Amino acid sequence: MKRLNVETAVGLFVIAGILCLAWLSVKLGKLEFLESDTVPVIAEFSSVSGLKEGAAVEIAGVEVGKVVSIAEKDYKARVTMKLRSGIPLQEDAIASIRTRGLIGDRYVSLTPGASDRRIPPGGRIRETESAVDLEGILGQFIHGSAK
Amino acid sequence: MLALAEAIGTRVLRKIRAMGGMTIFLWASLSSAVAPPVPLRHVVKQVHFIGVKSLFVIVLTASFTGMVLGLQGYYTLRKFAAEGLLGSAVALSLIRELGPVLSALMVTGRAGSALTAEIGIMRIGEQIDALETMGIDPIRHLVSPRMLGALVSVPLLASIFDVIGILGGYLVGVKLLGLNQGVYFGQMEASVMLKDVSDGLLKSIAFGLIISWVCTFKGYHTARGAEGVSQSTTSAVVLSSVLVLIGDYLLTSVLL
Repeated sequence: MKRLNVETAVGLFVIAGILCLAWLSVKLGKLEFLESDTVPVIAEFSSVSGLKEGAAVEIAGVEVGKVVSIAEKDYKARVTMKLRSGIPLQEDAIASIRTRGLIGDRYVSLTPGASDRRIPPGGRIRETESAVDLEGILGQFIHGSAK
Repeated sequence: MLALAEAIGTRVLRKIRAMGGMTIFLWASLSSAVAPPVPLRHVVKQVHFIGVKSLFVIVLTASFTGMVLGLQGYYTLRKFAAEGLLGSAVALSLIRELGPVLSALMVTGRAGSALTAEIGIMRIGEQIDALETMGIDPIRHLVSPRMLGALVSVPLLASIFDVIGILGGYLVGVKLLGLNQGVYFGQMEASVMLKDVSDGLLKSIAFGLIISWVCTFKGYHTARGAEGVSQSTTSAVVLSSVLVLIGDYLLTSVLL
């Protein structure tokens, strides 16, 4: 077998290294070269405890978008999400914060509504369900309705 | 009492002078590295020496690191019934820490020592003095291509280390211990962020700089014959390994 000359070997090495880096950043790091078409949508929750930026937004368990930012506004949590475009969202759709697994991640689950009116891009989802506070529920269960 | 103070003062001054010398050396070699024309042929040769020839040892260490991470992670996570997180554990520890650090240490041992010895022998063989006499800048001719070569090679080697390590973890976690393949890669994709990858890359670039800087500096300032070469090679390997680990801590605390 002919021995590879220096230039070819270096070229192959650089290509292999860049491929590895590309796999890491595109596949695992979710680097987006071309910003795919997304539609922003806002929802306000009374608590988003445990939800992180970059968390998934799901409809029927299928990932359709991501949480872009979480901010506090008037003592409420304002969550901005980016959804894949082409998913009509009814005005009475419900956004709820759910937990995957026992110590799993928090994610936003969207439940479609029945209204004919759609939420425009950048609009607000009115119906929201906050993160479930497991300790609070257990406390209520043990101490009775302590509210 | 005064004698003690003088002894301490001499030491401190010598250390400061050494550090200043190192900084000037780094500045000189980096500025001549970016000054056109870039000696591309020499850089390619150095990438071949530092990168391509380190590939085998990197693949070997990476696969076993990934495999042992898979094994250890599996048995630890199983106690919490969270084997599903194995993919994240393996990928994050490789991308953030082990990939850059271990590949830097392997490059130090394999290529850094050779860099020091090579330049050191040129120094004691008076080849560097000969270059200077001929009006050729030895830093531009000898040091800069090696530095550029390391700056290119080490991040690439670290990326290869990460991927091979993840595959090693896959081999043990999925093929040997029977974890679900979708869970392994799915959790990995869910937990690895772009910032993890870019932090790891930044680290390995910094390590490449540290290794090439320390090793060429030690070689360049070799004195006292063959014994001097062995001394500077040893101290180059020790110093750059230590600096890589210290730099890792500092970079992690800054980047996190």
